[in-house]
Formats: sequence, structure tokens, C-alpha cells
Amino acid sequence: MIAEAGLIALWLAAGLALLQFALGAVGVRFGREDYYAAIRPVAVAQGALVAISFLLLIVLFLRSDMSVALVVKNSASVKPLLYKFAGTWGNHEGSMLLWVTVMGMAGACIALFERSLKVKTLVTTLAAQAFISLGFYAFLLVSSNPFERMFPVPPDGQGLNPLLQDPGLAFHPPTLYFGYVGLSVAFSFAVGAMITSDVGPAFARAMRPWVLGAWIFLTLGITAGSYWAYYELGWGGWWFWDPVENASLMPWLAATALLHSVTVLATRDGLRAWTVMLAVVAFSMSMIGTFLVRSGILTSVHAFAVDPERGSFILALLAIYIGGAMALFALRVGTVKEGTRFELVSREGALVANNLLLSAILGIVFVGTLYPLVVEALTNEKLSVGPPYFNLASGPVALILVAIMAVGPLLRWRRDSAKTLLNRISIPIVITAGALFLLVLLTTSMSVLSLLGMALAAGIAVASLAPLWKRNLRRTPLHTYGMVIAHFGIAVALVGMASESSFTEERLVAAKPGDEITLNKWKLKFEAIEPVAGPNWTALEARMTVQYENGNITEIAPQNRMFASAQTQTSEAALLTRWNGQLYVVLGDGDAEGRWQIRTWWKPFVTLIWYGGILVALGGTLALVGRLRRKYLQRKQKEYAELVL
Amino acid sequence: MRRWVLWLPLGLFALFFVAVAVGLMTPKDNIIESKMIGKPMPAFSLPAAIEQRPGLSSNDLVDGKPKLLNIFASWCVPCIAEAPQLLELQQAGAEIHAIASRDTPGDIANFLNRWGNPYSRIGSDATSSVQLELGSSGVPETFVINGKGIIVHQHIGDIRKENVPELLKMLKEAE
Repeated sequence: MIAEAGLIALWLAAGLALLQFALGAVGVRFGREDYYAAIRPVAVAQGALVAISFLLLIVLFLRSDMSVALVVKNSASVKPLLYKFAGTWGNHEGSMLLWVTVMGMAGACIALFERSLKVKTLVTTLAAQAFISLGFYAFLLVSSNPFERMFPVPPDGQGLNPLLQDPGLAFHPPTLYFGYVGLSVAFSFAVGAMITSDVGPAFARAMRPWVLGAWIFLTLGITAGSYWAYYELGWGGWWFWDPVENASLMPWLAATALLHSVTVLATRDGLRAWTVMLAVVAFSMSMIGTFLVRSGILTSVHAFAVDPERGSFILALLAIYIGGAMALFALRVGTVKEGTRFELVSREGALVANNLLLSAILGIVFVGTLYPLVVEALTNEKLSVGPPYFNLASGPVALILVAIMAVGPLLRWRRDSAKTLLNRISIPIVITAGALFLLVLLTTSMSVLSLLGMALAAGIAVASLAPLWKRNLRRTPLHTYGMVIAHFGIAVALVGMASESSFTEERLVAAKPGDEITLNKWKLKFEAIEPVAGPNWTALEARMTVQYENGNITEIAPQNRMFASAQTQTSEAALLTRWNGQLYVVLGDGDAEGRWQIRTWWKPFVTLIWYGGILVALGGTLALVGRLRRKYLQRKQKEYAELVL
Repeated sequence: MRRWVLWLPLGLFALFFVAVAVGLMTPKDNIIESKMIGKPMPAFSLPAAIEQRPGLSSNDLVDGKPKLLNIFASWCVPCIAEAPQLLELQQAGAEIHAIASRDTPGDIANFLNRWGNPYSRIGSDATSSVQLELGSSGVPETFVINGKGIIVHQHIGDIRKENVPELLKMLKEAE
């Protein structure tokens, strides 16, 4: 009965979403303020019901209930518990249910905690949120029912795509989904504010925590996804410009721009129309990303979630939501008054430059991702746009962007002088120039892009700490620390990227057990090849001992895995991390003479890429906590003042 | 701000929508066509890989009956995965020849004893030279060849359950 209970909860939640939309729409349209009070409890109940529905699906997976079609297709009773759990959302229906669950719960949070926004704008926002949810409820209930039963009941399930059987999967997609859905809240806020013509600092402050939260999750999700692809695909790369990766990068780029423009709106009441547009674009990119992944319209290494019919459904939802919001923008944004003006050399000026450059990169990635699709539609020819285009086109723009990132925080709001600015950034400029000089002198293999990246990173690392210079560190607000850490994280990641692309060494050898391989300062000894077995896979494992210079001898064991239930092979790379880089070993095929293909890489400082990503997310978290605490304290103060009066 | 600028985002989205909708409507196949499709088999003659089965030459493929040509190796794990499907194809009446890539008689015999032998002829391609001439770069791969020795289809990677009916249909159509 669990499956039926889940389905009933889902229908009830969908019904409440309809009610929530109707209450908001009728209330705002006809000025029925008595409806306003009802919308909050409805939003909370909707969130609770959809959460129950999702929890029940998790229970079905954990119990391996093979009378449910979804469990049969995506799980097996021999699967480890963690992957039964993760299997809940490692498939189309489950992930869509997760999506509406997070949306419903976000709506409930707005209803419970948002107090500073005008009531009318809040009600419109909740109605917009319900309207988006309705599309996904319809999608689930009409064409992707996760609770469908199966007759006759099969003895066991078919397992899960082995590439996805990895601790990374348990947390990677939900993290991205939290990000996507957080942006849906920003989208709803934008729609609400456009309808009520209430675009101003209060709106920006209400929207900001959601944008920050979504952006933190996206940052973590992309960082984790990059590391997952790095060790699971066994190709030694950390970013492939694959359509699925781009699908998560595009919302991040838009959210990063939004994060900065919303600050201008909150602090200086500028960039009104632009911020609203970015909020719409950020969620549009999330939906387009989901569509590209789910529809299988682009061929990709990640193509494990492909279904053209469902693609059409999502495309229809895209047309309604994105098209609708953009039409609303064209019609309504004229009613939004122009915000405060500012000089070119100012904090606002730097943030506008940040926004324009981020938008340019977004455009480059968007065009590159969709170009093969357009060409195929027009000429029926298949082609793929590879890393050369993306790196060449976005690299230089990204470098200018990070240079401005170093300067922006050192500028004053409204107006500043170029002369004092030069004074403030003289030290980072000297450091960048010095680093560039040293790199040109000492290295031979660096490309221009990595050379500039590495040199800039040195300057930025210093410049990013500059906002703390000569300040009382105890009285510096938490969100300033957040910004400093996030910007510093970008510098750290940049060093990792430049180092990986310039200094990686690779060797591909055919070796017999007993052979030795040398790579940079590493000595690898191929000891033996052995079969091993896991809970639902068997593998050939190469046992090797490795030694760096004259250090300790360590054992590593790259594998070639065969999964019993899906008859698929995956390569499990062996990684050995040192403070100065990572050794990466992949076991390939063997040949008739008993030799095995062994591919080895030494990647100096490659881990900085992901440490940088984590720092960026940490900075975001500090900023979020700082903002929320300040908001809370201000509310308490206001309540206290009212009490005293 | 000019009024038309405000409509620009909607216009761009409309363009995206049209491109994607067209892409979604056109049926597409994700199979990468080999350059060898429609061409005759290159001439070759390979010695027998094991005692129990004769070797394979290009003349064996022009006797008028469509066949499958499977390239495999005992050291290849996906070849184990596709073994049941090959047996299924053979039981459904398909004639299957094989080229064993970079292998030894002992290993091949072990492999076939353990996973079944669906092949009527097995040529030993110790240096992968015939495999390369066929335009195949890895194992396993399976070619559908019509009775005149023309390559009709190339299947890259292991044969899954869902590929079995497709291959049987192609064999029938090649008659």
C-alpha cells in the first residue's frame, strides 16, 4: 500500500498547488486581500505532502519492493543500501519527483519565513511558484508516474547503470537539483515583482538568500561532478565541455551574474530591469539544462537519461514558463522605474563589467552547446564542437573577468578615482608581472592562456585578501569574509587548472606483471593481476606498488569492473594524492602475451581545482549565514522597538 | 531603453525553441556509419585459431548466404558479456564466423569451453591486420555481410539483448 499512499500524497499535493495558484491569481487580480492569508498554509501543506510522497518512494527503494516498476528498472535486491537509497533519484521519474519536492519545500519556506516583502508581491511569488510546480506535477502524474505497479512481479530488479554506482552519484544530482530549484524561487520572485511592479531593494534582499543558496549548491554540484567525471570516466580530464556539463555550467554562470547584480540592487537600488532579466535567465538555463539532459537531443558521454517523448513534454513546459516570463518582461518591465545611476569607475561599474563578461561566457557556452544541434537540423550533418572552441573563446574572457574580480571589491560605491584605484592595486600588479616574468624564464611548455592564468592567479590571490587590509577583523561583517574566501578560491582553482594543463605528464605502456614504469619522480612496479569480486560486480585488478622519489612504498589497485546485472564494464582508476599533485593510473585491456595496457598520469597540483571550488562554496555559505543573521537581528530589533513603543 | 530591446530575450528564446523543436521532431539515429558499409570485404585468408574449427578466408563469405562476422578475443571482458547473445543468434539460425584478435589457441579454447561456441569458422588474426583493414578498431565488433561479401552493417561494442532482433532482421533483409 506504500506505493498507493505515495501516489495519493502526490495527487493531493498537486491539487493544493492548483489551489495555491488560484488563490494567488484571483486574490491579486481582483484585490481580494482576504485570500492572501490563506495562501501561506496552503503552500506549507503542499510542501509537506510532496515531501511525504518522496519519502515513501525512498521507502519503496530501500525495501526493494519489486512490485513497483521503477524499482525493478533501477534497483536490485543485491545492491548495497547506499545505492538503493541513491537509486531513488538516479532515474527519470524519481529525479522529477525530487525536483517538485524541493520546489514545494522551497515554497513552504518562503511562506513560513519571508516577512520583509510586500504582501502582494509575496502572494504573487507563491502563485508563480505553484504555477511552475503544476507543470511538473502534470508531467509526473500524466507521463512519468514513479509509483506504477508491475504485474507479474519479477523476482529481482535490473540494477542501476554501473557508472552511477558510486558514492558520487548519491549526492551529485540532488546537489545540482537544489541549485536549479533554488533558482526557480528567484524566478518566481522576479515574476511576482514584475506583476506588482515592485522591483527594489526590498525585493532584492528577499531574493538574495535564495540566489546565494542556489549558487552554493550549484558550485558544489559542479565541483563534485567534475571530480566524479575525472575519476570515474578514467580519461584523466576534469572538464570535457560535454553538453551535460555545460547544462550545469550555464545556470551557474547566470546565477553568478545574478548574485552580483542583486547586490547592486539591494545596496544601491540600481540595475533593476537587468536583475529581473537575469533571475528569469538563470532559471531558464536550469530548465534548458534539464531538458538537454533528459531529451537526449544532444549526444553526450553522460547519455544515461534519454527519452525523446519526455523531451517534448519538458519542451512544452519550457515554452510556457520561459516564453511566458520573457513576454511578461517585455510587457511589464517598462513600468519598473529606472534605478539609481552611477559613474563608470565605481563598485557598480565593476559589477556591471562582471555581469557583461559572465553573460558573454554564458553566450559562448550556449552557442557552442547548441551549434551541433542547429547544424544537424539545417544540414543533417553531425559534428561536435570540442574543447578547442570553448577554451579559445571563453578563456580570454574569463581571464579579463578574474582580473576585474580582483579590482571590483577595492572600489567605492557610486564614484571612485582611477588614480587611487591604481594605488590600491599596485601590489597585485607587481606580483602578477613578477610571476609572469618568472614563469616565462623557468618554464618551456606553458601555453599563453595557462601562462597568463597562472600569473594572474598569483596577483588575484593577494588582491582578493586586500578588502581585509587595515580593517578591524573582528568587526568585519561575515559576508565580506565570504566574498574574500570565494574570490581567493577562484585564484586557487585557476592555479590548479593552469598547472594541470601545462605540467601533466602521461605515459601509456604495455606491461607484464613484474615490469617497472617510471613517470616523473614516480616508480611504479606492476606486481600482479588478479580477479576480485564485489557485491554485484567482478573485476580484474592490477596490484601495483608505487614510490615517489625515495618515499614510502604504497599499494594501488586500478580495476576493470564488470557488472553482473547490466553487463557493462567500467574502469576504476587508482588515484594517489600527494600535497603537490595526483598520480592517476588506469588499467586497460590485456593482450595475448600477458601484457596489460597501463595508462599513467602525473598531474601536479590538479587537486587545487576542486579545493578552489570548495572554497568558493564555503565563501558563499559564510555570506549566506552572515546575511541571514543580519536579517534576523534586524527583525528582532524592529520587534523589540515596537514592543517598547 | 528602446522598446524592441525588451522583446529581444523573447525573440532569442523563440529561435532556440524552433531549433530544438525541429531537432526533436526529426528522427535521428545515433549509430556512427562505418566507411566500409556498402563495400566488399577485403581479401584475406586467416589460419584456424583452434583445432575444432576451420580457418576463415574472404572466399568463405561469398557463398550466397548472409552471415555475421564477429571480432572477439579471449582477453576481452565485453566479449564474455555478449556471448549469450551470440549463442541466441546462432540458435535463431544465424551463421556466425569469427576473427580472433591477438589471441592464442589455448586461451581461445578455454574461452569457448567456458562461454559457449557459436562460431562455424574462426580465423586467427595474430597481428590485427585484417581487423584494421575492416575498419574496426576494437573488440568486440560484429559485421553483417550479405551473400556477395558486401558489408551491410557494423555493430560496435558488445551485442546487447535488444540488438538481437535488429541483427536477425538485417540478416533477413540481406538475403
